[in-house]
Amino acid sequence: MIAIRFTINGHAETIEAPPMKRLLDVLREDLHLTGTKEGCGEGECGACAVLIDGDLVNSCLIPILQAESTEIITIEGLAIDEKLHPIQQCFLEQGGAQCGICTPGMILATHHLLEKNPQPTLLQIQEGLNGNLCRCTGYMRIFNAVLQAAVAEAAK
Amino acid sequence: GQSPPRKEGRAKVLGRALYIDDITLPDMWFGATVRSTIPRGRISSIAFDPAIPWHEFTIVSAADIPGENTIVHLTKDHPCLAVTHVNHAEEPILLLAHPNRSILPAAVAAVHITYEELPAIYTIEDSEKKEHIIWGEGEHANTFKTYLMQKNQTSIPDEIWQQADFIVEGEYRTGAQEQLYIENNGVIAEYSATDGITVRGSMQCPFYLVHALELVFNLPAEKCRVIQAETGGAFGGKEDFPSVIGSHAALLAMKSGHPVKLCYDRAEDMAATTKRHPSRTRHRTAVSKEGKLLAGEIDFAIDGGAYATLSPVVLSRGTIHAPGPYNWPYLTVRAKAMATNIPPHGAFRGFGAPQSIFALERHMDKIAKVVGITPEELRRRNFLATGDRTATGQILTDPVDMQHMLTRALEDSNYHARRAEFDRTNPTSTIKRGIGFATFFHGAGFTGSGERRLNSIVAIELTPEGRPQILVSSTEFGQGTNTILCQIAAETLHLPYDHILIAQPDTTLVPNSGPTVASRTAMIVGKLVERAAQSLCATLVAGGHLPQDYSPEDFHRAARHHLAQHGALRSEARYESPANVFWDDETYSGEAYPAYAWAVYVAEVAVDTTTYSATVTNFHTLQEVGNVIHPILAAGQIEGGVAQGIGYALYEKCLWRNGHLANNQMTNYIIPTTADIPPIHVTFEQVPSPHGPGGAKGIGELPMDGPAPAILNAIEHATGISFTEIPLLPEDIFERMTRIPDAGSESLEPAIAGPIFSEATA
Repeated sequence: MIAIRFTINGHAETIEAPPMKRLLDVLREDLHLTGTKEGCGEGECGACAVLIDGDLVNSCLIPILQAESTEIITIEGLAIDEKLHPIQQCFLEQGGAQCGICTPGMILATHHLLEKNPQPTLLQIQEGLNGNLCRCTGYMRIFNAVLQAAVAEAAK
Repeated sequence: GQSPPRKEGRAKVLGRALYIDDITLPDMWFGATVRSTIPRGRISSIAFDPAIPWHEFTIVSAADIPGENTIVHLTKDHPCLAVTHVNHAEEPILLLAHPNRSILPAAVAAVHITYEELPAIYTIEDSEKKEHIIWGEGEHANTFKTYLMQKNQTSIPDEIWQQADFIVEGEYRTGAQEQLYIENNGVIAEYSATDGITVRGSMQCPFYLVHALELVFNLPAEKCRVIQAETGGAFGGKEDFPSVIGSHAALLAMKSGHPVKLCYDRAEDMAATTKRHPSRTRHRTAVSKEGKLLAGEIDFAIDGGAYATLSPVVLSRGTIHAPGPYNWPYLTVRAKAMATNIPPHGAFRGFGAPQSIFALERHMDKIAKVVGITPEELRRRNFLATGDRTATGQILTDPVDMQHMLTRALEDSNYHARRAEFDRTNPTSTIKRGIGFATFFHGAGFTGSGERRLNSIVAIELTPEGRPQILVSSTEFGQGTNTILCQIAAETLHLPYDHILIAQPDTTLVPNSGPTVASRTAMIVGKLVERAAQSLCATLVAGGHLPQDYSPEDFHRAARHHLAQHGALRSEARYESPANVFWDDETYSGEAYPAYAWAVYVAEVAVDTTTYSATVTNFHTLQEVGNVIHPILAAGQIEGGVAQGIGYALYEKCLWRNGHLANNQMTNYIIPTTADIPPIHVTFEQVPSPHGPGGAKGIGELPMDGPAPAILNAIEHATGISFTEIPLLPEDIFERMTRIPDAGSESLEPAIAGPIFSEATA
């Protein structure tokens, strides 16, 4: 067991964990942040995606040791005071969420994409989200949600 | 229709929706399953490695089952836990539970089981040979079910075959397909000697699990409580399988005295749970030189895996959809579900129909080629129309206009211009482009007398605050059950959508509105919600509390008044079979489905002759599903189904090695990503149906049927090669395109091949 310090959704946190424990398990088991989902456990599906220091990562592939002194944002950190983040609002309005299990990762991937490229083309959206699998939507409504979010962000 | 936000959507986008693995109960333990490592054999010994502190574990074997050792679906052939023999790889033998989840994999690996191996079979052909009988005996040897479906119960007269201008033969195959919901199967079970069992979990059909638990535990239904948790995708993969994992977790809970969570990881879920049935379809068709279908013989076989599970009903839907939306003067379908030593196959969106429709729609393009007319013209000369009889003898009384549908779909997709353009550009391009289509129908609701047997009930009650709450066992797993049922109630009660509540399915609180399968929820359950809402409203009006023409405020005032006077208000509606509906299981004739959805799907493809990969570049869908209740959800159903259909056709291959799924991970079982999906255009032809609420029909399974044949028809246009098997991967295209030209069906010319067109005689 070692002590790891990091910032999670704006709060400083110290946890005791085996150094190779997956960040995903620390989030879900130690911090009870169950919005981050496990889909495949091997970095293929993106359901466990979180932001570490602004980078989009699959938390199933990150040993907690690597989280030392980082800033982590999960789906729980996006809405402020019960008001949906514009990306969440667009996913809700456009039908970008069906079963909802890929949605947290998909929304964080969208956040990451729009941070880097506030006005993406459809092709750039397809490239930006291709590490996040969805089995329900066929992705069309997700693309619509991202395009609408880009407009909303631009209007901010 | 309107498109309000989905009921549980806010919780989902916030990451607050609680799926089963997000739930922790006090003193909860974790479960794991010890499975067979061989496809078939006799268990000779089980040893526990002394390196593991077994006293800390709860270990369950078949001897711990208080009731019957069976997972019941349609027959009792499927053991809950294997005792002396195993019939497929990954068959459950023992169950383990421990407070620490992370040490379970090592414990599973430390149970050493030895076997006396028996010969195993893996294909429909091996099963048909009956050299090794792995299931049943006599006429049922290796055969779960057979059907004979003949139009008018008449066999095809010899003269038809003798006088036909052409006889066209073909064989078509489809592979297994993994549902690949992103949330794996999982449950949490609790047991108490007084209250019985409670299972929470990811599932489609809570009452199926109640029924399974009654048998395994020999308990009455009221002591088997099942609660659906938020469910992260299902597609049929959580129709029958929760009966297995739910029974297992409950056995561990009973023996350990703790709540037990049993959630599979991806590798276990893919290796051990059900897939779409692989199929083989053989067509023999008599056609006139005018392109009229004279008679068809269809042999339809599916691989059911090691136990019957739902194979007989999957086979039934596949059989009834095998003739497609065409008028056959004579038709014979011989269908069978065969046993193999593969983990049992089960429900997957479409439920047998995608298999037989793939075969038929490829075969229709072949017939067109043989006769020398276009695929469009062949279909136009044979479409069913209003008033015609289907192959089961059902008269199509609701309006059907496939001629118009085809015209509109081909116009929307610019089919003729695109086809001409590709014909012009392909000869000088390494990228070969093509366009193809499929025309098809899909029956909504349970097959035949199924809805009458289900006898579904729906209730609406007033909450203490006077808000209407819908009580159904119909589950939400992404398709929009919660949302559309609330819309229907809101519309009927003249209340805003936000005022309607829907309860989480809990079998002790909700009536049995049937399983959430078979494209039945919007049409059948929706209609019951409409009727229950009407009756609720009528009660309030009759009580004198509600004027005929009322505002939402009037309603809530009346509701509170009624509650103050009577304490509660609950109205129910029970399914009533429409008059003069007749179905005969013996002759397979009558009203197969209450209503059909009709569709034309058009695919554009590009085949790269350098990499041999095929991609779908554009996709148009036109469908008639009655009135659309929620346009965004409905389009989402179509788009999602098309994406699964693209995967079925071009990417998703289950690779079996000695009965084990070799690619049981997302790394090498490939589903479409954002980068693989073309623009999917969704258009609805809205014709109000008399069967569903507000004129709606079923929609969920339909989009799974059309993409695969449309895509392979387009690939034939692009390459001139008639592929007959899916999945069609680049290596398959490479193998065929680099082969020295030989006599595949694509080289058939009437003058060369003579009047019988099959690969064998070409």
